[in-house]
Amino acid sequence: MYGFDYHRPAALSDVVDLLTGDEDAKLLAGGQTLIPTLKQRLAMPTALVDLSAVPGLRDIVAEGDGVRIGAMATHATVAGSALVRGVLPGLADLASHIGDAQVRNRGTIGGSIANADPAADYPAALVALDAVIRTDRRDIPGGDFFTGLFETALAPGEVVTSVFFPAATHARYAKFPNPASRYAMAGVFVARRGDDVRVAVTGAGPSVFRWDAAEAALSVRFSADALDGIVPDADGLNSDMHADADYRAQIVAVLARRAIA
Amino acid sequence: MSIAINLTVNGVRLSREVDPRLLLSQLLRDELGLTGTHVGCDTSQCGACTVHLDGASVKSCAVLAVQADGAEVLTIEGVAGPDGTLHPMQAAFREHHGLQCGFCTPGMVMGAIELARTAPDLEEATIREGLEGNLCRCTGYQNIVKAVRAGALAMREG
Ligand SMILES: Cc1cc2nc3c(=O)[nH]c(=O)nc-3n(C[C@H](O)[C@H](O)[C@H](O)COP(=O)(O)OP(=O)(O)OC[C@H]3O[C@@H](n4cnc5c(N)ncnc54)[C@H](O)[C@@H]3O)c2cc1C
Ligand code: FES
Ligand code: FES
Repeated sequence: MYGFDYHRPAALSDVVDLLTGDEDAKLLAGGQTLIPTLKQRLAMPTALVDLSAVPGLRDIVAEGDGVRIGAMATHATVAGSALVRGVLPGLADLASHIGDAQVRNRGTIGGSIANADPAADYPAALVALDAVIRTDRRDIPGGDFFTGLFETALAPGEVVTSVFFPAATHARYAKFPNPASRYAMAGVFVARRGDDVRVAVTGAGPSVFRWDAAEAALSVRFSADALDGIVPDADGLNSDMHADADYRAQIVAVLARRAIA
Repeated sequence: MSIAINLTVNGVRLSREVDPRLLLSQLLRDELGLTGTHVGCDTSQCGACTVHLDGASVKSCAVLAVQADGAEVLTIEGVAGPDGTLHPMQAAFREHHGLQCGFCTPGMVMGAIELARTAPDLEEATIREGLEGNLCRCTGYQNIVKAVRAGALAMREG
C-alpha cells in the first residue's frame, strides 16, 4: 500500500468537506473492496475518509410501505433485519448470500453500489425494485444510477447516505455464484409492483441491465412458463474463463424462472 | 501521518500510534506478537486471519488497524480459559481431528465460534455454507464439519 492520511469525521458535512477539499481523497466504508485495491496498489488516494463514525448511516427504518436502508448497513445487518425480512424477504435473502460471513460483517450496501462491480448482487435489486438512492445532495432513481462498468451517476465526492426500497408483491433474486468468489456469474432479480414487472440482470453484462423481453412476457402472464423459449441475446454479454456469453445467456434464462417460482 | 488508537485485544486495553496503512493482521502479529492469527493469502480469500471485531468475525487482513480504534478484538489466543482450558470449539477440533497442518485452524475456530452463535441450525449444509469464507487445503472439510457441529453443541449446552 502507498501511504495515505486517515480521517474519521463524526458529521456528514465534514465528510463532504474533506472529499471536496481533496479530489484524491476516497471514502472508506466496509473496506472489503477498497482495502484489497489499495494493497494491490491499484489506487493511490491521498486520504481515506472513514464513514463509520457518522451517526445514523447504519439505520434501517420503515418508510411508507417500503424500507430505507442506511448506506453503512452491512450485508449481515440487512440479511438479519426483521424489518427487511418483513417488507422484502427477497432482499434480505440476497444480502445473506453475498460473499461469506466475514465479508457480510464488514461490507456495506453503500460501498457495494458505489463500487458498481458488474458481478455485484445489490445492483439487480435496486434496478428491479426501482429503488431510490439518497446522497448528501439529491435522490437518484435506481434505474439511472448504474451507468457502466464500475461507473455510477455519483459525482466526485458525492456520498450515498441511504437507499429506499418500495414494497413489492413479488421480489426475488436468483444467483449462480462463482464457486470460488461467490460473486454472481449471473444473477436475476424479478420484481412486480402492481402491473409493473421488472427483470434486472447482474453479472452477465458490463453493468446491470433490464431484460425487456422477459418483462414483456411476464407482464402478460406472471408465471415461469411465460418465459418458455425466451433467452437473452448473448451478444454483448461477458465472456471469461468462468463462462462464455452463450452459457451466461442460458444461465440468465434459468435464473429468471427460478426468481419467479 | 500516524494515528493514535485505543483498543482492547483479548481483554487487554492498549494504546498505539499506527500508520494508517497498517493492517489489523499486521498489528496483531508484528506489533503485539499474537502470531496465532495466520496470514494465508493476504487477499481476503482464505479466512486464516479471521478474528472477532466487536464480536463479529472479520478477515483481519482486510481491516485497517485504525478501523479497530475503540473496538474489542478477540483472537485465537483469547478464546481458551485463563487456566488454559480449551474453548469448547478448540476442544472439538482436537477431539474430531478437525485439523491436519493446522494453518487454517485459528481462522476456522474463530469463524466457527461465530457460526455456533448465529446459525439457525447445525445441519451439515448450514455449517459448510457458514464457513465458506475459510479455506482448508488439508482436511477435505469432513472432520471440520464434524468438529464444528460438536463444538457448537457443546457451546449451546455449556
Ligand atoms: C471474498 C469476497 C467475496 C465477495 N463476494 C461478493 C458477492 O458475492 N456479491 C457482491 O455483491 N459483493 C461481493 N463482495 C464485495 C463486497 O460486497 C463489498 O463489501 C462491497 O463491494 C464494497 O462494500 P464496502 O462497504 O466494503 O466498501 P469499500 O470497500 O469501503 O468501498 C468501495 C468503494 O465505494 C466507495 N464508497 C463506499 N461507501 C460509499 C458511500 N456511502 N457513498 C459513496 N461512495 C462510497 C469507496 O470510496 C470505494 O471506492 C465480495 C468481497 C470479497 C472480499
Ligand atoms: S489472510 Fe486474510 S483472508 Fe487470507
Ligand atoms: S489443516 Fe492444513 S490448511 Fe487446514
